[in-house]
Amino acid sequence: MIKVKINGQEQNWDGDPDLPLLWFLRDEVGLTGTKYGCGQALCGSCTVIIDKQAVRACITSVSDVVGRDVTTIEGLHPTGDHPVQKAWRQLNVPQCGYCQTGQIMQGAALLMDNPKPSHDQIREAMAGNICRCGCYQRIENAVHLASTGV
Amino acid sequence: MNILTNPKKLRGFERHLKVENVSRRSILKGLGIAGGFALAAPVMSRPAFAAYETGASKMPHGTVVDPRVFVSIAPDGIVTIVGHRAEMGTGVRTSLPLIVAEEMEADWSRVRVQQAPGNEAKYGNQDTDGSRSTRHYLMPMRQIGASARSMLEAAAAKRWGVPATEVKARNHEVVHAASGRKLGFGDLAADAAKESVPGIEGLKLKDPKDFRYLGKGQIGIVDLRDITVGKAHYGADIRLPGMKYAVIARPPVTGGKVKSFDAAEAMKVSGVEKVLEVKGWPWPSKFQPLGGVAVIARNTGAAIKGRDALKIVWDDGANGKYDSVAYRASLEEAARKPGLVVRKEGDADAALKGADKVIAAEYYLPHLAHVSMEPPVAVADVKGDRCEIWAPVQSAGGTRDDVAKTLGIPDANVTVNVTLLGGGFGRKSKCDFAIEAALLSKELGAPVKVQWTREDDVRHGFLHTVSVERIEAGLDKSGKVIAWRHRSVAPTIASTFAAGAKHEAPFELGMGLIDNPFEIANLQCENPEAAAHTRIGWFRAVSNIPRAFAVQSMVAEIASATKRDPKDMLLELIGSPRLVNLSSVKDPWNYGEPYSSYPIDTARLRKVVELVADKGGWGRSVPKGHGLGIAVHRSFVSYIATIVEVAVDDKGKFTVPRVDTAIDCGTYVNPERIESQIEGAAIMGLSLAKHGEITFKDGKVQQGNFDDFPVIRMDESPLVTHVYIVPPGPDTPPSGVGEPGVPPFAPALINAIFVATGKRIRSLPIGKQLEA
Repeated sequence: MIKVKINGQEQNWDGDPDLPLLWFLRDEVGLTGTKYGCGQALCGSCTVIIDKQAVRACITSVSDVVGRDVTTIEGLHPTGDHPVQKAWRQLNVPQCGYCQTGQIMQGAALLMDNPKPSHDQIREAMAGNICRCGCYQRIENAVHLASTGV
Repeated sequence: MNILTNPKKLRGFERHLKVENVSRRSILKGLGIAGGFALAAPVMSRPAFAAYETGASKMPHGTVVDPRVFVSIAPDGIVTIVGHRAEMGTGVRTSLPLIVAEEMEADWSRVRVQQAPGNEAKYGNQDTDGSRSTRHYLMPMRQIGASARSMLEAAAAKRWGVPATEVKARNHEVVHAASGRKLGFGDLAADAAKESVPGIEGLKLKDPKDFRYLGKGQIGIVDLRDITVGKAHYGADIRLPGMKYAVIARPPVTGGKVKSFDAAEAMKVSGVEKVLEVKGWPWPSKFQPLGGVAVIARNTGAAIKGRDALKIVWDDGANGKYDSVAYRASLEEAARKPGLVVRKEGDADAALKGADKVIAAEYYLPHLAHVSMEPPVAVADVKGDRCEIWAPVQSAGGTRDDVAKTLGIPDANVTVNVTLLGGGFGRKSKCDFAIEAALLSKELGAPVKVQWTREDDVRHGFLHTVSVERIEAGLDKSGKVIAWRHRSVAPTIASTFAAGAKHEAPFELGMGLIDNPFEIANLQCENPEAAAHTRIGWFRAVSNIPRAFAVQSMVAEIASATKRDPKDMLLELIGSPRLVNLSSVKDPWNYGEPYSSYPIDTARLRKVVELVADKGGWGRSVPKGHGLGIAVHRSFVSYIATIVEVAVDDKGKFTVPRVDTAIDCGTYVNPERIESQIEGAAIMGLSLAKHGEITFKDGKVQQGNFDDFPVIRMDESPLVTHVYIVPPGPDTPPSGVGEPGVPPFAPALINAIFVATGKRIRSLPIGKQLEA
């Protein structure tokens, strides 16, 4: 039996310890805000925050996160009003919206590390997160807006 | 706050995580209220009466203009409006209900949007494709809203015993100005439901100057908050009690099948419960599944791991030799010989022979994969002779038909719940993944989710075609273009429906080939044969992509050869302001629209060129290594011109500092979503121009994920995209927005690269061509 902590709540897992965290979150715990996009850490749709770092849940196994604090989009802010989330709404960022939770988690992690990133730093830090609809201009501006106060 | 996605409002909602069906009774019950506007509404279908005619009535099931089907009002005043099209990022789930709210004078903050299940007899056509939603439904939605308003006003007038002409709906209430009396929509709902639906002919539509929402761009999409907090529900987010998770190993070659398989190792994987063969259909078979071997597990991760452990021997079938290099050579060979003539004016052959100068070029565009961020996924629950589907499908009605036919049950026994689509781009117009889920659920006697991996998506989709466009332009001594011959060779989408289809269908020929707007005396379009060897399907903007790439590149090539400004050359070729006469074309497909409402209007085409040149600073000086390129294209009956500024460094690496796009899409609903579509179209255009290529060897797709089929990331995206929307005339019909932004991007970029470097790219993607 593995015990892991997701959004402050302990979860038990008695299955394959190598199961990717992504599928544990989505299929076993029911936290579907973390999305599948590639399974190989190429697109960032599954980004969660572990110990203040953006992590791709698709290549992280459940056993890797034992004893660490995993935050998913559902736990980013109690009322969904993290500055990055608010900035996202203010700028009408999403189109289809599917990749956006991963983008928001990546943006939030960036601001933990660098509260005032330049536009170039945002473009570099967010380059691992693909948006096929092409919302990049607004994503960049939303992260910037979040860093300057929404 | 949206009822759809506010689980607190509907008991049992969170558990099933589904977009609730439109069963108004259950909504009303679930809300603990009774009565309302929409009980026992008969289905009523009739042709829409509009100031302009559209192709909507010719679509399967046409339009349904009945407020009782689309609008319900609860006693507390909450107005629920049905969104019957699929939301894949265009904003249509917001914009169509917004039109109804506008006309009925509803206050948007008291409107909830409810997603319709697949039922075209009830709602009218639901096939969300072809950039059609606003152009087909602007007027019907206005009529629905106006009908509802008129019924509310009639109910209020009766209550007060005054003539209906003395009362007026305004901001969620009906007002009798003479006496100062007011009644809220909620108070009037039950009475209004008893009123007869007024005839369309007698409806009074609002004066556009009184619009509060339409054309303003102030309203965010209804799913905005849910998307940002992880509560928006896509196909993959559906969870049912007892649901099994499945992934399928499909034949690597189109038309192949399973010869034998060994599941022993797969069954040893923790969490794997079962391995079984799934039925496939011989190619081509429209949207039927490819078949293969399914691994059933307690979660998706276990199913994927189990599939990796399968040992399968495949029979590759007839397409086992499909090879992109050899195929390209065959397309080029075909393009150099005469083909089926699909448009002919004057005598292009003779004029080319007699021309002072002939400029000829071939342009190549490879297969492309859609790679929507949400790969195909579907949940099905088959119980006896009934089936319920939850899936991100563009065509809910089509999915219902295809699933019913496959299972051999009546349409009425199939419910298709449409979730949000995590991108569509044409891929999710085909419901093979929903059929797979239905077949597996039937076999297993349990709800099943079929999840496609990214590799499945890249390797087993319905790819954008592959094409060679050959254009020969003949010039006279003065440099005037007197002849134009365009041969377009590409396997047709029709090949996915019928074996042996080798010529492009009218709907493909009409996308930038036979609808050429240039004023050239001798103009000929030809379509030589091409056989398909994989599944070909619609991809955002479809054949317009290679056609605009070729035609708009050729314009710049002629400009360069004759030392003209490319924009001036473009305007000269477009010629005088006129409606292009297509009488020489046997089947002049016009996006399904009547030519009378949607002609090829060169004045509008010229106007977007001039607008983008003006706003985008055509001719401005740019730093060394930079270049500006321009292109214009009419598609989905909209007119779009783009200027791209490119910066190429001395190693041949390039970036895009700025994009300017002007769009004339007629009367519009939400300019803010038009901007977002055009911003996104620039990214998709840049993706296909820079990186996009699917290749085949031995019949198999050679790519699999974002490492070998890259798309544009933020660090290589344009620094800024400006969008300019042409204000519509008072009676300009609405036209497409979702797709038409894509086609002009690649040629504008290629033309900019030529200016910056002197290198002319004729084969996409650009890849490392500039680095050579």
